Amino acid sequence: MSAAATDIATLPKRENRAWKKLRANPAALFGFVLVAFFIIIAVAAPILPIDSPIKTSWSAIRKAPSAAHWLGTDDIGRDILSRMIWGARASLLAGVISVAIAVALGVPLGVAAGYLRGWTDAAISRMTEALLAAPFLILAIALAAFLGPSLSNAMIAIGLSAMPVFIRLARAQTMDVLTEDYVESAHAVGVGPGALVWRYILPNIFPPILVQATLTIATAIIAEASLSFLGLGQQPPAPSWGSMLNVAKNFLDQAPWMALWPGLAIFLVVLGFNLVGDGLRDALDPRDI
Amino acid sequence: MLGFILRRLLIAVPTILMISMFVFGMQKLLPGDPVLAMAGEERDPATLTFLRQKYHLNDPIPVQYAHWLLDAAQGDLGISLRNNQPVAQLIEEKLPVTIQLSIMALIVALVIGIPTGVLSAYRRNTWVDWISNVFALSGLSIPNFWLGIMLILLVSVRLGWLPASGYVSPWVDPLKSIETMLMPAFVLGTSISASLMRHTRSAMLGVLKSDYVRTARAKGLPEKTVLVKHALRNAMVPVVTVTTLLFGELLGGAVLTEQIFTIPGFGKLVVDAVFSRDYAVVQGIVLCTAVAFIGMNLLADIAYRLLNPRMRNQ
Repeated sequence: MSAAATDIATLPKRENRAWKKLRANPAALFGFVLVAFFIIIAVAAPILPIDSPIKTSWSAIRKAPSAAHWLGTDDIGRDILSRMIWGARASLLAGVISVAIAVALGVPLGVAAGYLRGWTDAAISRMTEALLAAPFLILAIALAAFLGPSLSNAMIAIGLSAMPVFIRLARAQTMDVLTEDYVESAHAVGVGPGALVWRYILPNIFPPILVQATLTIATAIIAEASLSFLGLGQQPPAPSWGSMLNVAKNFLDQAPWMALWPGLAIFLVVLGFNLVGDGLRDALDPRDI
Repeated sequence: MLGFILRRLLIAVPTILMISMFVFGMQKLLPGDPVLAMAGEERDPATLTFLRQKYHLNDPIPVQYAHWLLDAAQGDLGISLRNNQPVAQLIEEKLPVTIQLSIMALIVALVIGIPTGVLSAYRRNTWVDWISNVFALSGLSIPNFWLGIMLILLVSVRLGWLPASGYVSPWVDPLKSIETMLMPAFVLGTSISASLMRHTRSAMLGVLKSDYVRTARAKGLPEKTVLVKHALRNAMVPVVTVTTLLFGELLGGAVLTEQIFTIPGFGKLVVDAVFSRDYAVVQGIVLCTAVAFIGMNLLADIAYRLLNPRMRNQ
């Protein structure tokens, strides 16, 4: 055995190096903590010792934060802490599911465009440009309006509006990977198109897609809050941070806490995803700028 | 240059056609008969037949689309169900309000975004850079409608400095108009300034490493000259492009900002239309913003060529 072989064996894998870089980045770690915190409370909502998020109480209307209601109560006496915790479910679900829709539709289309080229590429690219031409939020509002107001329709609307970014990214990355020597050699030894996409293209375009997906979750959470704020997302009485803000704006003078918490929560969870996304990009990007 | 513009215009045609198909298709996806909604309570059979003929609803869908597209190309976007006005006229009325808001927001964004971006690149890895980055990241993460609500709470409700809502046309009372728009413009501008700052910073970082900046410094030019004349001017090329592309974000943000500050603009129009199921207005707005966005893209490409001498002769 030569020394070179041992060197290659002991060389850390790219994933390991990325992981090390990520762990050494305090901002990304802080982002992870924020995201993890919200995921934990969202998952644990049913077993936490809190009131029902839709239980009204006429004796506790618009009460300021106190020992009984840590974050206060709203205009019909519901516990805000409980609504915040259950609202985290709506926000995170909307963020993750709409991005899953965007990735599930966008990546195959992008890979197809980049791999097949020709007419397929032209058709997919024109469609992408058309979707990109309508401003993200206006497109989402229009789609949600036509689909009808509900949380699941809001997720579909946001997912479809976010899809073109993934088509573009997957197409560009696929064309990039196709010029690599190892893909040409795979081609030369007779690897079929299916195996080529599955074994060579997808694993190699995964890192930039992951970064984009993380950052898009942040955008999608804001979009869900915006749609719910306008009344096009989560429908009452089910809690959502966006719709809580919509009600809160009518009671700014009497109950400012109603507007404080939901906005703060949106800010923190979105900040978390942005920090993680930025950290992932720095860790996975081979070009060190 | 002219050839380039023509070529870009030609590429825009299939994109616009595709958008028009989306917009037309959206309506076809809707359950229910639009004619029943238009005819009102009585549903007189003669009226129904007349309306069906008028809107070509008895024709096959491709023919309906062709009629709709021809009308739209001539500026006829249909009639608003809610107030019986032509959609094009409604958009024309509300658009100036949103343009005023967007321009003021863009000024806020440029004034905050570009200097912080330059400074943070110039003082890379110092506390200045660190604070600017925290600011940018917060700006990107804060939902701007919440920022609006919090500002109303602080500036209007608590301090009583600025009005919380309302709109005054600049032609009626310019000062009052700016006063009512100040807070909305700030809210909309901060989120845009965050992306602007990030783009300026990365463009400046690239330029500051370049040979011509090193040469300028080696010539003994004052640092300020190097920074402004040599570095910033070149870094502005991509930033100008990005600014034109932020137009979409401005319009999207305007929808929420107008809702919070009850400004009677384009964004308020679309939200009201959504809730009164006035689909012709929603369609008209999506089509208009998309066409405007394509126009902005074209301008961005042209500006990029004009500003970047290396691109001019290609």
